[in-house]
Amino acid sequence: MSNDALAIKKNGSEPTYLEYDGKGRGIKSWIFSTDHKRIGILYLVSLITFFIVGVTFGFLMRLELIAPGRTIMDAQTYNSIFTLHGVIMIFLFVIPGLPAVFGNFFLPIMIGAKDVAFPRINLLSWWLFAFGGFLAVLSILLPGGPADTGWTFYVPYSVRTGTNVMLALFAAFVLGFSSILTGLNFVTTVHRLRAPGMSWFKLPLFIWSLYATAWVQVLATPIIGITLLLVAVERWLGVGLFDPALGGDPVLYQHLFWIYSHPAVYIMILPAMGVISEIIPVFSRRTIFGYKFIAFSSIAIALFGSLVWAHHMFTVGMSDTGQFIFSLLTFLVAIPSAIKVFNWTATLYKGSIELAPPMLFALGFVFLFSIGGFTGLFQGTLSVNIQIHDTSFIVAHFHYVMFGGTGFGIFAALHYWLPKMFGRMYNLKAAKTAFWILLVGFNTLFFPMFIMGWLGMPRRYYDYLPEYHIYHLISTIGSWILIIGLTIMFTNLIRSLRRGKVIQEKNIWGGETLEWSVDTPPILENFVDIPTVTESPYEYKMNEYSETEKEEVK
Amino acid sequence: MFEGASNFVHSVDTAFLIVLVISVAFLVLITFLMIFFVIKYSRKKNPKAENIHGNVPLEIAWTVIPTILVLVMFWFGWTGYKEMSEIPEDAYVIDVTGQMWQWKFKYENNFESDSLFVPVNKPIKLRLHSLDVNHAFFVPAFRVKKDVLPNRNNVTWFTATETGEFEILCAEYCGMNHSYMLSKVIVLPEYEFNEWLKKDSSSSISTLSSASE
Repeated sequence: MSNDALAIKKNGSEPTYLEYDGKGRGIKSWIFSTDHKRIGILYLVSLITFFIVGVTFGFLMRLELIAPGRTIMDAQTYNSIFTLHGVIMIFLFVIPGLPAVFGNFFLPIMIGAKDVAFPRINLLSWWLFAFGGFLAVLSILLPGGPADTGWTFYVPYSVRTGTNVMLALFAAFVLGFSSILTGLNFVTTVHRLRAPGMSWFKLPLFIWSLYATAWVQVLATPIIGITLLLVAVERWLGVGLFDPALGGDPVLYQHLFWIYSHPAVYIMILPAMGVISEIIPVFSRRTIFGYKFIAFSSIAIALFGSLVWAHHMFTVGMSDTGQFIFSLLTFLVAIPSAIKVFNWTATLYKGSIELAPPMLFALGFVFLFSIGGFTGLFQGTLSVNIQIHDTSFIVAHFHYVMFGGTGFGIFAALHYWLPKMFGRMYNLKAAKTAFWILLVGFNTLFFPMFIMGWLGMPRRYYDYLPEYHIYHLISTIGSWILIIGLTIMFTNLIRSLRRGKVIQEKNIWGGETLEWSVDTPPILENFVDIPTVTESPYEYKMNEYSETEKEEVK
Repeated sequence: MFEGASNFVHSVDTAFLIVLVISVAFLVLITFLMIFFVIKYSRKKNPKAENIHGNVPLEIAWTVIPTILVLVMFWFGWTGYKEMSEIPEDAYVIDVTGQMWQWKFKYENNFESDSLFVPVNKPIKLRLHSLDVNHAFFVPAFRVKKDVLPNRNNVTWFTATETGEFEILCAEYCGMNHSYMLSKVIVLPEYEFNEWLKKDSSSSISTLSSASE
């Protein structure tokens, strides 16, 4: 540990992590803090900032597409905006997403540790993230203009365009290291710092999902780093690797890109599945159905998910053998996700269900993620894939998974844990209102894309044929509803940090995982004494929801 | 079951329908159960929960049944795709060139056009080539899509089963005017197609292709 803060007493009790500033004052006490909780909040602030920027770009894209022809911007601007929307949302919001914010904040607490295994590396990874984000912003502002390649940076277009692609690639490269270091930290922490008695099958399921994710981060992210480095070598040294003009192969780039970027999809969704596995039992007041099946399905997803990358390339001209294998594996990776959905649904059975905001978002997740998962089956079906590949069907599908799934997972986590982190409660009614508006807006925005995609509307189109107008119009109206929902939700949450009702109760929701046994907000090193764990995380032996504080567990 | 503008419509749409029916059935089931449980076991009605740790036969059931179903889907997708990848030897060959941001079509007699003219009910093989970046040749009405790459000559094929005009779109992002890289397939009765091909004066091409636009 970097300091002996526990020696400092304040008003007779331990100082909370919010009170203890360490060596610095003001902002320095945050950006140089090695406390996992403060780092989690640094990420939270950074991510929400980038999310708002990404949403703004998405809103502008939808506005441009409200009618055929030019509406508010020219084609070049549109192409840059969809690229920025993708790059920001993926590399600066969804990939760091839950692990960086809630993983950092709660992983040590939930396994009964004082911090992650390498607190300084943890801080370094936030700095890398901030630096990568800075480079991405720089690539927008510098002459040459923002990249216009799509977030996939497909060669040869990306080596020919005059825009600031190299800087954007370098930003992604740096962000990759941030992700690797976080993964490394979590793997080590879960292996080495579990409290006495916290055996593997007593780990909360959020930790299982973070653990599976961390392995993917460590193993897959270096591939994108190397790929981006090779693009730089090609561009600066003229070595032909991917550009056919130099004798390279653009399809090789696509393989390397997706060998990382497909597993990255699981980096994005697995932690959200973990959050849902926490929330559903807590608000059903019963144990989770099929704990081991949920835990192992995370590992199965991480394993199989690493072997299906070429299903992004079914129209590229692969051998029939390749098509056969990648299609088959794609179908098999659907099974562990289905197992999770069934187990979550079964966890509601004979529960005592309270529809508090976190639970609403969790159930919203199950519904939207299911649609995202089922539409993935269409894409796995080879002959159907040929029709819907690179159409708005794909756009709809991954927004159902990444936004309806991971996004709603993050919102669920915010409503579940934010009161614990700051000791203040948001307005429950406003949170529920926001949820329903978000659900309606989200479906209005993205569902029409399935229909027009099947009918042949390609993605990344600035303009379109008149027969697709009605779907685009509905979709754009949906984007307004969605933004109203987001505004209500964020206003409610941010407002609560200053004006919300103060809570000191340790266990506001009646959870049985360790974070509900520590102070609200948590003290500097989480625990006065490291607890000894004797039972599984969701036992609800007494089935009592009023006072389940686990003082006796210590 | 499905009739359409090309020989692939039937198998693609059948596979689509099969996946759709299974998916909707499961989605409805899951959603119904969630809503039903939330109402039936609400805190008010059911203040005391029952702890159920799991049920192995149930876990096996909902692992095995979806596995069988996805294998069925896989099989329909694979057989449909197999048709697309097996090109008849007697197919009529047309060269397709993509470049930012237009399509060119070249026929056996070195005749070139901006729109793709094909005879109805005859297998057509397209040899795809790009002069610059990646494109993709996409005819939604035919369920045909294939990447058009600069360094390798992909091929695709179809048999148009209806006369008429159908959209060609570029489906792989290729820069500023990607969304304007459009053309048309014009399916003619075979004798009309042969007539058209014989008139190799440039004026006749431009009238026909402008008439098509």
